[in-house]
Amino acid sequence: MFANYMLPTWIAASFLALAAGAIGYFTVIRRSVFAAHALPLSAFPGGAAAVLTGIDPMIGLLGFAFLGVVFVQQSSRLGPKDLAIGLLLSSFLALGALLLSLTGAYAPAVYALLFGEVLGIPHRELLPTAAVSLLVLAVTVLSFRPLLLQSAAADLATICGINRAGMEWLFLGLLAIVTATALPVVGTLLVFTLLVAPAAAAQRLSAHPARAFLISIALAELLVWSAIALSYWSNWPLGFFVGTLGAVLFVVLRGGGLLPSPSGIRARLSRRETSWHHGAGPNSGTRPDG
Amino acid sequence: MPSSSTPAPTEPLLQIENLGVRLGGRQVLEGLDLSLESGVLCGLIGENGAGKTTLLRSILGLQRIASGTIRLAGGSVGKARDLVGYVPQKIAFDPQLPLRTRDLVELGLSGRHFGLPWRRRRYQAATKAALAAVGAEHFADQRLGRLSGGQQQRAVIAHALVREPRLLLLDEPLANLDFRSTTSLVQLLGTLVREHGLTVLVTAHDMNPLLPVLDRLVYLVGGRAATGTVDEVVRPDVLSGLYGYPVTVLRHHGRFLVLPDAPDGPGEMRHAGTELPPPSPREEA
Amino acid sequence: MLQALAVDWSAFFADSAVQTALVIGVCAALINASLGVFTLLRGHAFAGHALGDISSAGGAASFLLGISALWGFLGMAWAAALAMAWLGLREARERDLATGIVLGAGLGLTALLLYLAMTTTSASGSTVTVLFGSLFALPPSLAPVVLLLTFGTLCVIVLGYRPLLLIAADADLARAQGIPVALLELVYLLLLGLAAAISAMTVGAILATALLLGPAGAALQLATRPVWAFLLAALLAVLAVVLGILLSWQSYYWFSGTSWPVSFFIVLLTLLEYLGAGLWTAFWGGSTWTTAAPPPSACAEDC
Repeated sequence: MFANYMLPTWIAASFLALAAGAIGYFTVIRRSVFAAHALPLSAFPGGAAAVLTGIDPMIGLLGFAFLGVVFVQQSSRLGPKDLAIGLLLSSFLALGALLLSLTGAYAPAVYALLFGEVLGIPHRELLPTAAVSLLVLAVTVLSFRPLLLQSAAADLATICGINRAGMEWLFLGLLAIVTATALPVVGTLLVFTLLVAPAAAAQRLSAHPARAFLISIALAELLVWSAIALSYWSNWPLGFFVGTLGAVLFVVLRGGGLLPSPSGIRARLSRRETSWHHGAGPNSGTRPDG
Repeated sequence: MPSSSTPAPTEPLLQIENLGVRLGGRQVLEGLDLSLESGVLCGLIGENGAGKTTLLRSILGLQRIASGTIRLAGGSVGKARDLVGYVPQKIAFDPQLPLRTRDLVELGLSGRHFGLPWRRRRYQAATKAALAAVGAEHFADQRLGRLSGGQQQRAVIAHALVREPRLLLLDEPLANLDFRSTTSLVQLLGTLVREHGLTVLVTAHDMNPLLPVLDRLVYLVGGRAATGTVDEVVRPDVLSGLYGYPVTVLRHHGRFLVLPDAPDGPGEMRHAGTELPPPSPREEA
Repeated sequence: MLQALAVDWSAFFADSAVQTALVIGVCAALINASLGVFTLLRGHAFAGHALGDISSAGGAASFLLGISALWGFLGMAWAAALAMAWLGLREARERDLATGIVLGAGLGLTALLLYLAMTTTSASGSTVTVLFGSLFALPPSLAPVVLLLTFGTLCVIVLGYRPLLLIAADADLARAQGIPVALLELVYLLLLGLAAAISAMTVGAILATALLLGPAGAALQLATRPVWAFLLAALLAVLAVVLGILLSWQSYYWFSGTSWPVSFFIVLLTLLEYLGAGLWTAFWGGSTWTTAAPPPSACAEDC
C-alpha cells in the first residue's frame, strides 16, 4: 500500500485534504453547496481541453474553474441564483462532453476525469500540488476572521466595513484553486463531497470556530486516507469511496440526524413556529432532538 | 475611541438637517431635521414603509442621500463609522452555525483584521465587558442558532457594543419578541443610555413599550417627521398635520392610541374594531 | 458546402434513429418543461438537479444487469425521490446540505457501477452513454413506453394543476383548503423522478438539469400567467430538442464526418433560450407574477 508508486498519491492527497477541509469549512457556513458542486463541473471542460490539445491539465482546469467563478459570482444577475448556476453547470458539462467527443478519448480517460484516479497525480505535479494547498491554507488562516464574519452574518460584516463582493471573490477564488488541484485525484463529480461532508460533520461536533475548522481538516484527511486505502485494497474506484464514506461520515457524526423520523420533523417544525410567533423560552439552548 | 473625536459639549452627536432620500423615483424621506446629544434615547416611530430603515441606513452611510446633511460628532458619516453600532432588523442564525455568542461578539472587534490573532487578549477582555453589558454571560458559550430570538438580539447588540460606539442604532428590535423579552430589552436600552452614556436610536411601529425610557421621539409618516418629546409630538394637532387628516390621540394608563377621526366627530367610536393603525397616505409594500 | 447547409429532409425523417430520437426527445421536453415550472416556483433547482445526477447510478446498473436503460434510470430516480420526500424537502436550510450529501453518495455509487460495467462487460462506452446521453442509439421499442408515460404524466399535471400550483405557491394555504398536500408532494417528486429518468436518456444524466430548468426559467421570465408559462416552457423545450437533433444530425456534414453530440446542442439551445428571455425582459419588460429571487441584499451595491 505504501509502495513507491503510491507515495506521490499519499503525499498529494494529504496536502489536498488540508486545503479542502479548510475551504470546505467556509463553504458549509456560507451554504454555498450548489456553488461548490458547480465549480468542479465548470472546470471539467478544462480537463477535456487538456486531453484535446495536450496542454498541462492543471492550466486547463484552473482556467475553466476561474471562468466558473466569474459566472457563479455574477449568476445572481441572470435571475434566481439556483437556476442560473444549474444552467451554467450543465452548459460547462456539455462543452466538456463536446470536447471529449472531438478527441475521441477512450472511455477510461473520460471516466478518470469524472470519477477520479488514485494515481491521478504524476510525480512532477507533486510539488505544485503541495505548494498550492499550503498557499490556500495560509490565505484561509490569515483571512479567517473577516471570512468567518462575512460568511456567518453578511449584514453585520458590511457594517464592520468588510467588503462583501471582495470576500465573495476571495472565497470563490480559493474554492476554484482547491477544486482544480483536487480534481485529477477525486474526480469532477466527487470533489464536492470532499469539500462538504467533513465540514458539515465538523460543524455538528463543535461550536468553537477554530476547533470546528481543525476538525474539518482532520476529517477531510481521514476521508481521503481511508478512501485511498480502500481503493488500493479493493481495486474499486476512488470516487466511490469518497462519495459513500463522505455520506457515512456525515450521517454517523450527526448522530443519525440525516434521517429524522417524520414525527421528529413535525416536532421541529412546530417548535420553529412557536419560536417565531412568541419567542422561544428563556433558555432554549438545548434541543432534545439536536 | 480616540478622545480627539469627542465633540464640544454644545455640539450634538448626531445632526441631521433637511434630509431627503429618493428610492427608485419615490421620495422616501423629506425635509427631516434631527439633533441628538450624547446620552439620549430616541424612538423612531412609524408604520412599515414610513422610511425608518432608510433613515438608519442613511446614518450608517449605506444610503445615498438626495439632499441635506448628516453629521456625526461634527464629522461626515463615512469618517465616523466607528462611532456607530447597528443592530439590523431580521436576526436569525442557522441552528448549525458553528459560532458561539462569545465568538460573534469578538468578531465585532476582530472581524475586520486579516492576519494572525496577535491581539487576542485585548479582544477577549472587550468581549467579556460587552457580554456583561447586555447580560449575555449565561449563554456566552452556547451556539447562536439555538438561542431564543431575544437572546440572539442581545448577542448582536453586544457585537455592536464591543467596538465602543457612541451611537447605537436598532432596527425594530421589539418585533417578534414576547412581552417578557420586550420588557427586559427596553430596560437594557435604558441602562445603556443612563449608565454607559450611549446615545440610542431605536425604530418601532408601536411606541408604547418604549415609553418608560424614551427621551425623544421622531414620528415618521410618509417620509415626513415630527420631532420632540413624547408630550410635544403625540398630540392631535401635531399628528393631524403630519397625517394630513384629523386624528384622535387616546391616552389610557400612560399608553397612547392614535386613531383616525370618526366621521361623526372625535371620540365617538361605532365599532369595537377600529383599533387599527391610522392608514398611511402612502401605502407601500 | 451547399450540402452542409441544406438539410436533406427526406433522409432526416426516414432515418429510424432520428424518428425514435424525435419521439422520445419531444416526450422528455414536454415532461421536463412542465415539471420544471413547478420546480422553479418551489425553488427546488438543486433538488431537481440532484435527482438527474443520482439517476445515473441506475443507468449504470442497467448496463451491468443488462436491463433496459429506462427502468434503470427510473428506478434510481424514484428511489432518490422517495429518499428526498422522507428527508423532507421543506427544511430549506438543511435541504441543500442533505441533498448534496445524498448526491455525493449517489455519484459514488455511479462511479462503482460504471467501473464494474467497464471492466466486467463489453460495454466500454457506458460512461459516456449514461452521463452524456445517447439519443440516437435508443431502441425503437422504447418509444411506445415513453409515449405512454408522458401521456400519463401530462394527464396527472392537467388534473392536479390547480392544487399543485397552490402547493408550489404556499403549502400552508393549500393545507388549509383541505388539499392532501403530503400525497401531492409525493406525486410531484415521483413525476420529477420520471422527468429526470427520461431526460437522462435524452441528454444524459448529468445534463438533465438543462432541459428541466432552461425552458421553464425562460418561460417564467416571459409569461404573465401560469398557464402561459407552462405552454411557453413546453414550446421552448420542444424547440430546443428538435433543433438540437437536427443540428447534431446535420453537423455530420459540417465537420468532415464527425457529428457533434446531440446533448451539447440541446443544452446550448436551452441556455440560449434562457439568456434570450433575460434579454427580452430587460428590453421589453417581463412577467409580474413569478416568484423571482429575493432582491439582492441592499448592502450589496453600496459597499
